[in-house]
Amino acid sequence: MAIPKRRAKSAAPEAPTLPSSDELIRYYREMLLIRRFEEKAGQMYGMGLIGGFCHLYIGQEAVVVGVQSAMDSRDSVITSYRDHGHMLACGMDAKGVMAELTGRRGGYSKGKGGSMHMFSREKKFYGGHGIVGAQVPIGAGLGFAHKYSKDGGFNACYFGDGAVNQGQVYETFNMAALWKLPVLFIIENNKYAMGTAQARSSAGELYQRGSAYGIPGRQVNGMDVLDVRAAALEAVEHIRDGNGPVILEMKTYRYRGHSMSDPAKYRTKEEVNKMRSESDPIDNLKKLLLEQGIADEEALKVVDREVKDIVTEAAEFATQSPEPDPSELWTDVLVES
Amino acid sequence: MPVQVLMPALSPTMTEGKLAKWLKKEGDAVKSGDVLAEIETDKATMEVEAVDEGTLLKILVPEGTENVAVNTPIASIGEEGESAETAPAPAAAKSVELKHDVTVSTPSTPAPVPAQAKAPETDEDKYFKDVKTQTVREALRDAMAEEMRRDPTVFLMGEEVAEYQGAYKISQGLLQEFGAERVIDTPITEHGFAGLAVGAAFGGLRPIVEFMTMNFSMQAIDHIINSAAKTLYMSGGQMGCPIVFRGPNGAAARVGAQHSQDYASWYGHVPGLKVVAPYSAADAKGLLKAAIRDPNPVVFLENEIVYGHSFPVPTDPDFIVPIGKAKVVRAGTDVTIVTYSICVAHALAAAEQLAEQGISAEVIDLRTIRPLDVDTVMASVKKTNRLVAVEEGWAFAGIGSELAALAMERAFDYLDAPVVRVTAKDVPLPYAANLEKLALPQPHDIVEAVKSVTYRK
Repeated sequence: MAIPKRRAKSAAPEAPTLPSSDELIRYYREMLLIRRFEEKAGQMYGMGLIGGFCHLYIGQEAVVVGVQSAMDSRDSVITSYRDHGHMLACGMDAKGVMAELTGRRGGYSKGKGGSMHMFSREKKFYGGHGIVGAQVPIGAGLGFAHKYSKDGGFNACYFGDGAVNQGQVYETFNMAALWKLPVLFIIENNKYAMGTAQARSSAGELYQRGSAYGIPGRQVNGMDVLDVRAAALEAVEHIRDGNGPVILEMKTYRYRGHSMSDPAKYRTKEEVNKMRSESDPIDNLKKLLLEQGIADEEALKVVDREVKDIVTEAAEFATQSPEPDPSELWTDVLVES
Repeated sequence: MPVQVLMPALSPTMTEGKLAKWLKKEGDAVKSGDVLAEIETDKATMEVEAVDEGTLLKILVPEGTENVAVNTPIASIGEEGESAETAPAPAAAKSVELKHDVTVSTPSTPAPVPAQAKAPETDEDKYFKDVKTQTVREALRDAMAEEMRRDPTVFLMGEEVAEYQGAYKISQGLLQEFGAERVIDTPITEHGFAGLAVGAAFGGLRPIVEFMTMNFSMQAIDHIINSAAKTLYMSGGQMGCPIVFRGPNGAAARVGAQHSQDYASWYGHVPGLKVVAPYSAADAKGLLKAAIRDPNPVVFLENEIVYGHSFPVPTDPDFIVPIGKAKVVRAGTDVTIVTYSICVAHALAAAEQLAEQGISAEVIDLRTIRPLDVDTVMASVKKTNRLVAVEEGWAFAGIGSELAALAMERAFDYLDAPVVRVTAKDVPLPYAANLEKLALPQPHDIVEAVKSVTYRK
């Protein structure tokens, strides 16, 4: 297995075999869906239709789409509160996600969870967790369940560059390595833990945080869906072969603030604009599709329209779906046996 | 001058043990550090080392003797030729006197129930036709083993649960029967393994998480509450979390403030959790089986002192105690004493003393803290018109406070006296034996409380 040795920065996958045209267009579509969905959510938040905390994934789309492309239906997913993109990438219905954001009965949690707390057992998406870092041991527990039940699956456990400083992450690394749990730890390093830049909060390199436990780690250009996919495929092979967990540090960037209420004054406009203009994962894939002749402008416009329709429909559903019935206040506290 | 070797206490709660084997014989030379004998308790086998040098003059307790009390002279050591009989009487066996004031039952004798105050009949009685005497420790182990045989998704994890056989020997034999995939030694990492177990429960398994003591569950409380208890609701009913968090709770014996807290009111506060705190071995077994089968997260509060106590336990494998049902363990007419866990022993002892003074106390063992069996408690209060709530927790926002509020809400017109709470004193639990005893509820505190609500001097 090559992963442990290759710790150089952003090692580009050697001899990249480009996925099929259909696959590439699918990545484009999925990333665009997340982008448009999040833009709409931001707009609806501004209109007062969405309340509370709302953390947008804009800019980070390549991470989840690239990783998910290396997974199959056996595998489970867990993430933090910046979770809308992960749900869409898991195949959850945009209507149900948006209706949860608006706190309506058509939402995935019947309106009782909100932006940070959505789940789909059917799609093996296990949340949506609001406590920074809590999803990491839970994700390892899902990995434990995969191993215990010998179903061949693994857990993709996403967390941010803020969560890496939680003690429970290292408690988990220790157990996951000790017990060779099938878990892919994906650090979504968007450079800022809310308002604190990585350099101000984290010593050392994040992809090396599992070194002492013998967990192979690698830094990946998280703004490039193909780099992400290549790294994920390699990691997944390692995991499925029974070798235990892998850490992938995705160098990525969020264009928006930490949450809707964050004006992001801790970084310059220039920094954001530079990332957007030079490293946007959707623009860059679009360029590749056009340059390689995989799709023409017209074909991509069709994709754009489809995505726009899905988001418009989701927004309509989310505003029209009624609020939960008052009787729902008392349901789902306990499973009635 | 010969010195006596005394039966040692090998744990904070040990009061007696079996002198399993002598490794030295009379006349042998002994030097400091030599292993003299092996002692067995229901928890462990330990070695007795010599601290004095000389000759083993006389073995006073032959090997194979059961129930040798702590501080009993077991041998004498002195100069060769000295007479063993001249050995001085042992110093007053202080540590024995200072042991917990639990007189209701000992490891070898079932808890007595006074004939004149038998508990009322219940649906559970039919299971008690065939019983065997078991310790709470054995009952808990059997409950886990039976449920693990029944359901392959049930597994046990925690510190020292496997190869060490459990820090308090609750998981004795489970590794041997179920293997290392289902009986899992964790690192000392409560936050991590509690979260991991919650994830495993979300993933379709039924974990039993043992905390070496519930005090350590504070390291993990975020996962117990935020991850295990709340997720079902936050997911609109999708994400059930069938998991048991269990371990000894409350004071043991002189283990200090950080190892002695009662968490009943902490966990009882949280919607989405069930909280169980049994006293007897039968309830421990029946409720643990129910907890493991329950589709919800259950916090299962045990008590270290009670682990070694013996009770009759039904042999019927179908015996199970439903969560949420209190039990009237002694019928009475003048006052209702409501309590749980080890304080049931104190309440029964108090009731016995009160009976001698002509006061008939009804004692209710809550068994479950949440959901609380309010109906059973209030039916009793409406009959006796007086309520004394007893717990090892602190008074502030405690279980007794909740009972007092409920009595006010549901039985206000029936109360002939204000509700009185008997609780731990409002201090971190002290180490000194006399202070510890003062800090914890004792039978005489309950007697006094009952006298105050019955307006008796």
